[in-house]
Amino acid sequence: MDLTQAFVELLRRASTDLAPDVEQALREAYDREDDGTPAKAVLRTILQNVELARKNSIPMCQDTGSLIFYIDMPEGEKENYYKEIIKEAAKIATEKQYLRPNAVNPITGKNSGNNVGKNAPYFHISRWDKDEIRVRLLLKGGGSENVGTQYKLPHAPIKAGRDLEGVRKVIIDAVYKAQGLGCAPGVIGVGIGGDRTTSYALSKEQFFRRIGERHPEKELAEFELRLKEDLNKLNIGPMGFGGKTTVLDVFVDYQHRHPATFYVAISYNCWAFRRKTMVIKNGEVTYYD
Amino acid sequence: MIKLRIPISEEEIRKLKVGDEVLLSGIIVTARDQAHKLMVEEKPDFIRPYLKESVIYHCGPIVRKNPDGTWSFVSAGPTTSIREEPYQADVICEYNVRGVIGKGGMREKTLEGLKKCGAVYFHAIGGAGALIANSVKRVVDVFKLEEFGTPEAFWVIEVEDLPLVVTMDSHGNSLHEKILKESEEKAKELLGLK
Repeated sequence: MDLTQAFVELLRRASTDLAPDVEQALREAYDREDDGTPAKAVLRTILQNVELARKNSIPMCQDTGSLIFYIDMPEGEKENYYKEIIKEAAKIATEKQYLRPNAVNPITGKNSGNNVGKNAPYFHISRWDKDEIRVRLLLKGGGSENVGTQYKLPHAPIKAGRDLEGVRKVIIDAVYKAQGLGCAPGVIGVGIGGDRTTSYALSKEQFFRRIGERHPEKELAEFELRLKEDLNKLNIGPMGFGGKTTVLDVFVDYQHRHPATFYVAISYNCWAFRRKTMVIKNGEVTYYD
Repeated sequence: MIKLRIPISEEEIRKLKVGDEVLLSGIIVTARDQAHKLMVEEKPDFIRPYLKESVIYHCGPIVRKNPDGTWSFVSAGPTTSIREEPYQADVICEYNVRGVIGKGGMREKTLEGLKKCGAVYFHAIGGAGALIANSVKRVVDVFKLEEFGTPEAFWVIEVEDLPLVVTMDSHGNSLHEKILKESEEKAKELLGLK
């Protein structure tokens, strides 16, 4: 097995092949909108674009995002070995136009031209007891990243207190403020609690859930459904043109917080929700949506 | 569906209203953050002939270099326009531009500029990069590629039947302002602030 090529293939799939659960949610949104509305036209174009990208193996969106890898590996595996292979794969995938060069040095303004730079790609690496390596990849677009935000409760301007109702309020506020800018209809990931860093991290990990996959705890599962309904009442709609679908889903999770802090991080993922998983076991590679 | 061909006269552009669906053909120019900053600070002339009565596209494309040295657009959807808000009105008036294509809409200063100098804001479908690249028939030229990199360079491209929606017109109307106000009312209701 050529591991570098296997990672190039992971990047190609993520960039060109929208996950079926997301595509299905977009089809349902299309069916819901009224005929002759801009919302319906937008969703029709989006679905045509998804099919074309898959058929011709070209990036569905020219912003192929930041490359964020979540890797779980057994003890004894060498981290740097995989990091180097993935960097090489990112360079090849950029040459093949599966990725746009998206790594810019903020000091010099120079684009590295190959998606490799300081902390680019970014790796979250953890160890687990399974005898396989799981690589989860998120290509996170810049437009949707820009509308992500973090609140510190209490948040006085909208009377959001330090409880679940306060959390609900800041999520509504964030999606209202995002308007169509994150390429609506989006998927919302929320991290409640933790510190500044971990609340954002938790909010982004939610993006590995399937559309419609509810939180295992009943109270939060209900909270997610209620929020989805609330957010779609905003009528911001696809691309912010107005319409019934502003979000495709809302995923919430929590972690314990310091008594003095109460952070809520809200990450936005555009409709071009690009995630893929790859598992390496006994020298064999398998891909999952 | 309105067919629009570049060069576009001021009279033609002033006929367009918010909500109009347009198919745009002709030679347009991609420009985003670094290009806008340059156009305002240095007012370069190399891009002037391409912008006159034409349209700026907020886009950072994926581009392929062909073996014969020509370029092809691979994926080329719109980028977020609001980052150009400080520059856009000045660029439109300085270069006699008739329209801007992007996503997410723009604010008051641009809306004023559209009114004053005769231009509109066209919304393309964000994320539909593969489909939009199909409308790009030819790369005519590229400027500042080495200095700015692929996404930020000025790409002069010929498009055919690029599907767009007018969301800000030259009469002071903005779909974005309308949706913002309506959703603000809804948000207040949901937040119990009304």
